[in-house]
This record gives sequence, C-alpha cells and structure tokens, in this order.
Amino acid sequence: MSVFSGHLPASKRVLGFFAVLVAAFAAVAIVGLIVSMFGIFIAGGAQHLSWSFLSEAPRNNNMEGGIFPAIFGTALLVLIMSILGVPIGTATAIYLNEYAKQTSVFARSVRFAVNTLAGVPSIVFGLFGVGFFVQFLGKGLDGMMYGSMEAKVFGQESLLWCSATLAVLTLPVVIVAVEEALRAVPRELREASLALGATKWQTIIKVVLPNSVTGILTGSILAVSRGAGEVAAILFVGVAYSMDGNVGLTEKFMHLGYHLYVLATQSPDVEKALPLQYATTLVLLGLTFLLNFTAIYIRSRLRTKA
Amino acid sequence: MAKETSIKARTQTFSFFYGQKQALFDINIDMHENRVTAFIGPSGCGKSTFLRSINRMNDLIESTKHTGLMEVDGVDVYGSDVDVVTLRRRIGMVFQKSTPFPKSIFENITYGLTLTGKKSKSELEEVVESSLRRAALWEEVKDRLHHSALGLSGGQQQRLCIARAVSVNPEILLMDEPCSALDPISTGKVEELITQLKDQYTIVLVTHNMQQAARVSDYTGFFLMGKLIEFDRTRTIFTSPSKKETEDYITGRFG
Amino acid sequence: MNRFSATSKRFGEHIAEWSIRIVASLSILVIFLIFVFVFREAAGLFSGAQRSQAAAEAAASASATPADHEQDVYNPDEETDSAATTSPSNANDQDVYNPDATIEEPAPAAASTATPEEAPQASKSLWEQLTGSIWQPVSEDPKFGLIPLFIGTTKTTIVAIVIGAPLGILAALYTAFFASPRVRNIVKPTIELLAGFPSVVIGFFCLTIVATFLQDVLGTAFRLNALVGGFGLSLAVIPLVYSIAEESLTAVPRSLREASLALGSTEWQTAYRVMLPAAAPGVFAAVLLGVGRAFGETMIALMATGNAAMKTWSVFEPARTFAATIGSEMGEVVWGSEHYGILFLLGSMLFLFSFGLNAVTELYVKSRLIKKFQGK
Ligand SMILES: Nc1ncnc2c1ncn2[C@@H]1O[C@H](COP(=O)(O)OP(=O)(O)OP(=O)(O)O)[C@@H](O)[C@H]1O
Ligand SMILES: [Mg+2]
Repeated sequence: MSVFSGHLPASKRVLGFFAVLVAAFAAVAIVGLIVSMFGIFIAGGAQHLSWSFLSEAPRNNNMEGGIFPAIFGTALLVLIMSILGVPIGTATAIYLNEYAKQTSVFARSVRFAVNTLAGVPSIVFGLFGVGFFVQFLGKGLDGMMYGSMEAKVFGQESLLWCSATLAVLTLPVVIVAVEEALRAVPRELREASLALGATKWQTIIKVVLPNSVTGILTGSILAVSRGAGEVAAILFVGVAYSMDGNVGLTEKFMHLGYHLYVLATQSPDVEKALPLQYATTLVLLGLTFLLNFTAIYIRSRLRTKA
Repeated sequence: MAKETSIKARTQTFSFFYGQKQALFDINIDMHENRVTAFIGPSGCGKSTFLRSINRMNDLIESTKHTGLMEVDGVDVYGSDVDVVTLRRRIGMVFQKSTPFPKSIFENITYGLTLTGKKSKSELEEVVESSLRRAALWEEVKDRLHHSALGLSGGQQQRLCIARAVSVNPEILLMDEPCSALDPISTGKVEELITQLKDQYTIVLVTHNMQQAARVSDYTGFFLMGKLIEFDRTRTIFTSPSKKETEDYITGRFG
Repeated sequence: MNRFSATSKRFGEHIAEWSIRIVASLSILVIFLIFVFVFREAAGLFSGAQRSQAAAEAAASASATPADHEQDVYNPDEETDSAATTSPSNANDQDVYNPDATIEEPAPAAASTATPEEAPQASKSLWEQLTGSIWQPVSEDPKFGLIPLFIGTTKTTIVAIVIGAPLGILAALYTAFFASPRVRNIVKPTIELLAGFPSVVIGFFCLTIVATFLQDVLGTAFRLNALVGGFGLSLAVIPLVYSIAEESLTAVPRSLREASLALGSTEWQTAYRVMLPAAAPGVFAAVLLGVGRAFGETMIALMATGNAAMKTWSVFEPARTFAATIGSEMGEVVWGSEHYGILFLLGSMLFLFSFGLNAVTELYVKSRLIKKFQGK
C-alpha cells in the first residue's frame, strides 16, 4: 500500500491488515503443514532407511527385513500402466487437438467422457477393475485360451489388471497433459507443413509430435506419477500383503502404498512397525517425486538442446 | 509493361464467410501467369482471407464457407474431385511470420520432397542447392546446411521459407506480407527475389507496404472491408486510380 | 479427373485417422463400461427375492469363518486379516495396536439395539433394508442400512470442505494478489506438491500424528473420528481448490483490477470485493470439485475416520464413509452375494454423484464463467 493510503480511517486500515493477514495465514498454515509432514516422515524413517531395507525382502511377517518386493512391484506396475495408458492417452489427445471439430458431437462426447473420468472416485475404478478386467475380460480370456472360465490364469487378481485399472484411472490426466503439450506447437508450423503439401497425418508425425515430444514425455510422467501412489483403485484387483510366489503379469504383487496401509492399520506391534511405516512412506514419496523430478529434468535437458 | 500472359487463376463472385461473418464479398479477379499480383488494403480488409482461399488453407478453420468460383488452371479448386493435398503441392505459400521447422536447414528444404517418398541423397542435395540459390541464400548458408534453421537471422529465415516453398516446384507462390517482419536490407533482398522468381511462378503477394506493391507487382488489387474496390495494372492503380477510395488510400488520406 | 485430383488414394491417411478416432472413443467406452459393469452388479439386487435368499446363506456362511471371534461387533479390518490368506497370523490379538480397536467400545452399543429383531431378511424389502439405520453386513442377520454410512460420508465431507475450501481459497487469494513474486514462487509449488502426495500417505499421517495430536488437544473419547478423517480429506481437497481458485483468480482481466485500484480502492479491497466475486464461478467450481474429491476419497477415510458405521452427527465420533466401506469390505465379500451387490450399489452411487458434479461444473459453471468474462 502506498503513502496515499494515509487518508483511510484507522479502522479500515486495521481491517485491510487483517484481510491480508488472514490470507497469508492460510498460505503459511498449508505450507507449514506440508513442511512438517516432510519433517516428521524424515525424522521417523530416515535412520531406518538403509541399503538392506531397500534391497531385501521382508521377514517375520513384514516386521523385519526390507521392502524390495514392494518397490519392485510398484515400479513394474507404473511401467506397465504407462505402456498401456500413455499411447492411448496420446492418441486421444491427438484426436482432440488435431482432428476434432469443436462442433462435432463425437468430439464433445469424448471431451465430456474425459472430464467425467477425471472426477470418478478411484474406488469406483477399483470396482470396475474387478468387475470388468478380472471377472469379465480375464475370465473371458481364460475361457477362450484354456477352455475354462475357471482356469485362473487371467481370471484372477493380478499385476496386469492392476496396471490396466490404473491406466484407465490416469488416462484423463495423460490426455490433458498431452493436449497441453500439443497446444504449445505453434499453428504456423502446422500450416507451413500443410502448405507444402503434407497430409494431416504427415504433419502430425513430422512436425507436431517432434515439436511436442518433451511436453508429452514430461506430461505423461507427471500423470503417471499420480498412479504410483494410488492404492484404493487396486485394493482388490491384485495387491498382496506379502509374496512368496514369483513375480508375473498374472500374479499378485506387492505395492508400496498398500504395504504402508497394511503396516499402518494391521500391524501386530505398532512400536516396532512405526519406523518401518515412516521409512516406507519416505520410499513411496521418493518414488513419486523421483518421477516428478525426472520430468522436470527431461524438460530442462531438452529445452537447452533445442 | 509486358504483354498479357494467360490467366493462371481467377475468381468469379467469390465470397467467403467465417461462420456468420462475411469476410469477402463477390470478388472477381484474374491472376496472370508469370506475373506478380499484389493486394493492398487496410488491416482486416480480407487480403489474407483471399490468399488463403486460393490454396484452401482456410479449410483448416472451422465453420467457414464460400460461394462463387475459385479457379486455378480452369479447375474449380473447391470442386469435389480436387484433392487439397495435391492442390497445396502445386501452390506454395510463404507466411508473414517466418516459420522454419526446428530442424536443420537441409531438412527444412527437403521436407516437402520427402513427403512423397524416399529420394536419393544426391537428388536431395541437388534440390537443396538449387532452391537455396533461387532464394539467394545459398552463399550464406552453404557451410552450415546441417545446423538448425533457428540459428538464422530473421531475413535469412524468411528466405529459407521461400526456398522451402520453391523446393517442391509449385506453380503459384502465395506470399502473405513476407517482408513485414524484416529490416529494409532483407526486404530489398526478398523483393529482388520476387522479381526473379516470377519468371518461373505466378506470384500473389499481400503487402501493407504500398511502395513495395508499386516496386514489384504487375497488377494490384485494393481491398476495403472485404470488397475488391479496384483491380488493375499496378501502374494504373498508382498513377490514375479510378476510385476515390483507392486514391485516398494510396495517397495516405485514408481513414 | 483433373490435375488436382489425388495422385494416390492415401489409404494410410484414412487408416491413421480412423485408428485415432477409435482410440479416442475408448474414453467414452470406458465410461459406458463403468456404467455397465458397476451398475450391472448392483442391478442384481433388484432382480428378485430368491437371489437374496441365496445371498443370505452365503453371507451367513461367510461370517461363520473360524477366525471371526466377534459376532456382534462388526469390525471390517479384523475381517480383512482373518480372511486374507497372506496376512500375518497373529493379527487377531486383542492387545495389538489396531487403530480400529479404539472403536470397539461404542460399536456394540450401536449394534446391540439391533440384535433383538431377528426377522428373516428375505421378508424385508430391499428399500426397507437400505433405509435402515444399522450397517452390519457380515453377521447371522446382515443389515444393510445406509443411513449411518450416509451420515458418515456427509459429516466427513463437510469437515473437509469447511477446513479445506477457505484455506485453499484464501491461500489462492494470497498468492494471486498479496504475495511477492519470491514468496509466491515458494508457496505455489509447495501446495502443488501436496497434490502429488499419495492419499495413503496422508491417511498414514493423520492416523499416526494428527489423531494423537487432536486427541491430546481436544480430549476426545475416540482417537480416530470424523474430525481427524475430515482433516485428512481436507489435505486432499486443499491443493485442488487452491489450483483451480488461483487459476480463476488470475484469469480475471487485469483491467478490472486496475479500474478498481484507480477508483481509490486499496489492494485488499480490490482483492476481496472485486476480484473474488468476479472469479466466483471458478471458485465455486473449485469447491464443487473439492466436494467430489472428499466424497469419493477412500484411503484417507479408511485410515483416519475410525471406520465405525454410527448414526451420529458428532464429528468427535467415528464415521464410516461409502468409499471406505467399499474399500474395506470388497476384499472379503462373497461373490454375488447381496452384500456384494450392495457394495456395487454404493459404487454406482459414488459414480453417479461424481458424474452429476462434473456435469454441473461443465454445463453450469463454465458457461457462467465464459459469460462473465466475455460480457455476453
Ligand atoms: N479465423 C477467423 N475467424 C473469424 N474471423 C476471422 C478469422 N480470420 C480472419 N477473420 C476476419 O476476417 C476479416 C479479414 O481478415 P484477414 O485476416 O483476411 O484481413 P487482412 O486483410 O489480412 O488483415 P491484416 O492486414 O491485418 O493481415 C477480418 O475482419 C477478420 O477479423
Ligand atoms: Mg493478413
């Protein structure tokens, strides 16, 4: 406020001071909370975070040993989810941004569907995962390939169906991110290409995609990092509390978020489990933010190159 | 001025609409082969719209429509058996803002050629050289063909775009204010280029710069609020315009 | 044919375009499939009594599992333990740390009122069942009253919005208008960082830290309650509300702000009296989406609310939300049973609710926003 604010009555100035103060307090409270969350997690889990914790399998009912299978399972989940979801999301974004006419009913329906999908609670995706992927698609595949709906190959909870469920869950986020990247390509470049007699598809492949690859990549990674910590949607689609079997697409798997959930709510010995919980939290947050930082790194790398 | 050449492109009562908004009203123009036809007029009068109607660039904008006829070589370009992609290959375009692809100079020039299938390296090199020479850019860039085109100056970028446009051997070259972002020296070079290029191409030029129209064009059309007020040989337009609006505009009394 | 006719048929072009279209239609297909597969399972409920008879038997046999040591108290997480083959074997000890154990005292009180009436369930209509006030799906006489779940969901959502919406909006106001660029560059990314927190981490934080803290401060009878859960949900709501509110606040045309300042208003008067009302539709949309987030969030609700289906509006007592109910019971429900169908019914309700919220924001708020800024 300037020197001219002197003409305001004192009461108004006090009010103004409070108005700004309240807003500032809100911001500070949120930031403070976030910082203290980090602080508490680090204080609680840092000393438990060792190489053996990261690289070993759990022992003694998950009360000892490491969480390697959970890290590995989560990483695998994220990878398969991306392989399934990112191409579909990219193609949909290409449709929406390059082909769709604003007036077309189909385009508007796709957009509405994407927006709706973005708001569906993740637990509903979980139900969808069981109902559609496991029971319908999985059993159907078993019926086709093994002659029996009860062959229990695809028709059971598994890593594959968890990945598929999360691919669907992250789809709207990927679409929005990729669309943003595509929108950043100047219209002039598209026109220059078309004016040279390129077809639409040639323009997309040779001009639009190469010029938005950074954005697509970073956007997708950011979108996918959302899936890394998601637990509710896969709660009954294939996560396991412990593993003795081998890792496989059609097997259950361990997941960091689920591991944390079970440790936090169902541990036989809370005192002993607490450092484990904190350390697991740190690893889960680490994985999520690692993906974010990778995205930021790629962005800055490719920016300087261009 | 030289004798009349044959008509390359022409319109008859051509009108154009952006949604409900009419941008062009009953335009009748003949554009002659190997001549430079220039369009002048105040901002928003429809020059770009007209230019972009020739190679159907306006198709990209939603809910546009046209009435009347737009012909190139006697073919209605909006006819049902015309393929836009083929049409645009025959009609090159240079934009107001230079639009090099963020690729190397070499790849920029060969972009149009490689669209229709693989070409041998020597073939490509040949075209790159001849196109750059035609755009008077060869001497300046021949040592850095594989560097990014974005490293060129504004004037060089615009000439690169011209080289890129001529690389596929179009018959008509549409230029929408190709010099408006350039300094006087670069502008001079591009104007020189236009005069040379008209031996091989039919050139349609939009410009804000009346001296430029007077310097390089053979025919000039004056647009005002979507209507073609006057169209004649450039000398006639600039020495003895028949319409008062034209005279007001070229003498700067417009407005 | 003329000289501008196509030189090739460009099959590739058409294939590419149609492939892209088909892939794009997957989003619509998914929405459709969610409708079909979630609603279909729920629809089984409405298809006759013989099914519910069978389901009752199935449910009864499920509840008779040997590990089920408490017949009266319904505690889903204990169930999870005993039902899952891979879970730790000693999880049923009474003295272990189990956050849900704190609710064991009040739960019988809620349940005992129901034990006298032993009416065979097939005789009750579905509607009667759903409008009952007891949720006790795994027992000899399962009860599927949704009232306590509705109350639980509503009260935690209200807590989440009451805490989250003002904080998010005020913080947005602060970074949009009052903060210096340097402060903004710290605050904004930090709040956005919170959006990246997995909800299980927030749930864990509330379960271990916030719950203890609040109990120490407020002296509540229950460590985990609707307040703790609602606070947890607000942590999920805040970044959402903040981002959208901030976006709509900064989207208000500068001219409006300058005009107000030129008329002699101070910075804060402009922010609160001009900018905030101008951005109101966007802020409203932010709050609506926040409601959707809080309503449908599972992990936080599962971990921090205490998870007891109680028919009380007190925020100091535990709550059980729709989403958390699905999350904790779906794992061990008997396939095709009535309980199973009802969980899918809850899912359908969540879906419809989020669908409706989205439609409202899409159709109403966006058009309002556009009208406002374009002055149409
Ligand atoms: N995509 C579009 N949608 C709607 N109206 C448009 C569009 N493009 C141009 N117009 C309108 O059509 C009219 C003619 O525009 P055009 O771009 O052809 O003018 P111009 O003569 O090229 O102007 P300038 O000299 O500024 O480039 C203008 O009134 C403009 O507002
Ligand atoms: Mg123009």
